[in-house]
Amino acid sequence: MPLFADTPEVLVTLAQYTLLGLTKGSLFALIALGYTMVYGIVELINFAHGDLFMLGSFVAFSLLGLFGVRSAGNPYADAALLLDCFLLAIVFCAGLNVLVDRVVYRPLRNAPKLAPLVSAIGVSFIFMNVGLFWGGSQDVNFPNLVSDDNLFGETAKIRFTAKDLMVIGVTVPLMLALTVFVKFTSLGTAMRATAQNPVAAQLMGINTETVIATTFAIGGALAGAASVTYGLYVNTISYQIGFQNGLYAFTAAVLGGIGNIPGAVLGALIIGLVTSLGSFYVGERWTSALVFAILIVILVFRPSGLLGSRTREKV
Amino acid sequence: MPFRVSVPLILVVAFVAVGLVAGRRDTRGRPDVITIVSSLPRSGSARGQTDVIVNGIKLAFHDIGYKLDVTDPGTGEKRTFALEYLDLDDATAAAGQWTIEQEITNANLARNDPDVMAYIGTYNSGAAAVSMPILNRAGMFMVSPANTAPSLTRPGGTAERHEPMCYRPSGTVNFARVIPTDDLQGELSALWARDLGVKRVYILDDNELYGGGIAKVVKAMCPKYGIEVLGHQSIDSKAQQFTPLMTTIKGLNPDLVYFGGTTQTKAGQLFKDMAAVGLKCPMMAPDGCFEQAMINTNGANNFAKAKFYATFGGLPIDALTSGKGKEFVDKYTALYKAPPADAYATYGYEAALVTLEAIRRAGKKDRDAIRTAALAVKNFEGATGTWSFDANGDTTNQTMSGSTVVTSEVTVDGSPVTTGAFKFVRALQLPPKK
Repeated sequence: MPLFADTPEVLVTLAQYTLLGLTKGSLFALIALGYTMVYGIVELINFAHGDLFMLGSFVAFSLLGLFGVRSAGNPYADAALLLDCFLLAIVFCAGLNVLVDRVVYRPLRNAPKLAPLVSAIGVSFIFMNVGLFWGGSQDVNFPNLVSDDNLFGETAKIRFTAKDLMVIGVTVPLMLALTVFVKFTSLGTAMRATAQNPVAAQLMGINTETVIATTFAIGGALAGAASVTYGLYVNTISYQIGFQNGLYAFTAAVLGGIGNIPGAVLGALIIGLVTSLGSFYVGERWTSALVFAILIVILVFRPSGLLGSRTREKV
Repeated sequence: MPFRVSVPLILVVAFVAVGLVAGRRDTRGRPDVITIVSSLPRSGSARGQTDVIVNGIKLAFHDIGYKLDVTDPGTGEKRTFALEYLDLDDATAAAGQWTIEQEITNANLARNDPDVMAYIGTYNSGAAAVSMPILNRAGMFMVSPANTAPSLTRPGGTAERHEPMCYRPSGTVNFARVIPTDDLQGELSALWARDLGVKRVYILDDNELYGGGIAKVVKAMCPKYGIEVLGHQSIDSKAQQFTPLMTTIKGLNPDLVYFGGTTQTKAGQLFKDMAAVGLKCPMMAPDGCFEQAMINTNGANNFAKAKFYATFGGLPIDALTSGKGKEFVDKYTALYKAPPADAYATYGYEAALVTLEAIRRAGKKDRDAIRTAALAVKNFEGATGTWSFDANGDTTNQTMSGSTVVTSEVTVDGSPVTTGAFKFVRALQLPPKK
């Protein structure tokens, strides 16, 4: 007898689409965190963040191509290579993000807010064109290295694959680690202090530039991890995924209250759920309209986002 | 008061004067030159298909040494025109596909150049809808090797109320095509699905003129062939993943998923997501997916998991084994040192051939005479068979084909690699009318 055969149909459907939505949402959350953390510290909406994520996926893809991974290869070698991919993409994205901050945003630290914002858009275009040059304008097939088999067994009525588990397995520990870091380490405390009041933090002896660089590094690292996860999960990358996912992640950050870490995760999970449940209950073509409609409604009633006004800390 | 010379004023006057002289349209052109332009997406993911179309066009000109001898049927005057060919791009690298702006630019360029006598294009039906009215006003013959949306030439069916007259502001027909249209392709897809034993189908489309149109036809034709349509949805082709949608479709247990769309509008992602949710039935798609890029950009190994069928509005290269078709393949192979990589090559060649034939029949360098002569072409013997243009400018050629992706394992540097290519399965024709 297939698993969940006794469960009422309505519940099975609801559970199925909720699972799909949470998986997708947790992926958006990793990217959204990069937006929200940077905003929390320097009040800059880093529009290049989505494209940084895109470049990360190309780094991983190129590494896989270099070592010629095949879906029928030795599983241990594949696993080791995947780990390398994650590490390389994380280091690459973190490094690039810090570099961009050092070269582009830091000289504009005391300039009017519009200047770094426009620079961020410029960096985004540069990244996108690097991606276009790197991967071409066509979609690129990312190797399918994680199994699509249902963990509940092929006959079960609810489907949860190894691929879905991989997404959760990467995103949830990273988010927990981030929470622990921000809450319990001294650098995390310094970050919260800088977010609250950079001048006061500086007066207390905190090197705010180190804190800012750390923030960019962490945001970039999360984007790097998200990029490999995305490639393995969706199996298609292109130079446009940065813009598209960046838009959703940015929306998630705003939805949850920009600058607020739990808010970004909450916003991303809501977006994931809306796209997934919306596809079933409303219709596939309406899903993105639905996401932005919900964003507008929430912002009308809570202009600072879902969790934005509850805490005064921005990180 | 001394007369003061204002330098800026002189500069402005000079610029305006130069502008007036240089900007005046050259209305005479070169009397012994005939230019033929093509407007196709030369950058972006349709590049592979348009490369071979352009090769086909060039082959037709190369055959006659880029020189065309004509005799004016009115005066009996014999002349030789030098042929020039302009390969225009209606796509941009950034967009990755055709853009409205670029197509308008190309159409205006052709219209304003007095040497341009014919316009070969477009590749996308949506692009044709943009340039048709511009070229129609100029009275220029336009022939498409790839546009398959029926509403460009015919009212009824899926056409809007203002179609196709909105594309013909002058009231005369100037657009013709050498490829059969989607309504036929839609019906033949349903027929092929029935022959494959399909009883239940789920239909998706990309919400574009081409994809949405053909999906509507397939949906309308399925009951005629005893196939139940389980549902029909449009996708957002900017979305990146369709696992929720495919989960829904899997729940309905179809024998086939039909996608009206192209490689560029996420056909590959839909196919991959079918496998991801464990939906093992085949997928069928129209000629917008019938290209090697479909396999290359989506990973040949993914096509080993389930069947992927594509219909094509004509015969693919591996089905051209006799007569003028084989002659074309041989000439192409001789010139380019490789057989055509894509079936559209034949249609590029055919479009150029019929254009040359029209100029020959018109016998003079006159857009109107060439347009009239082109649309009067009957029983033309080309690479795709013997056919005529009907009153709407559509070809009377009604043979289509069905192909599927065949994958094979090869060993590269000691490790197995999957490669794939489309293979001709069968010719598709409507049963003879009683």
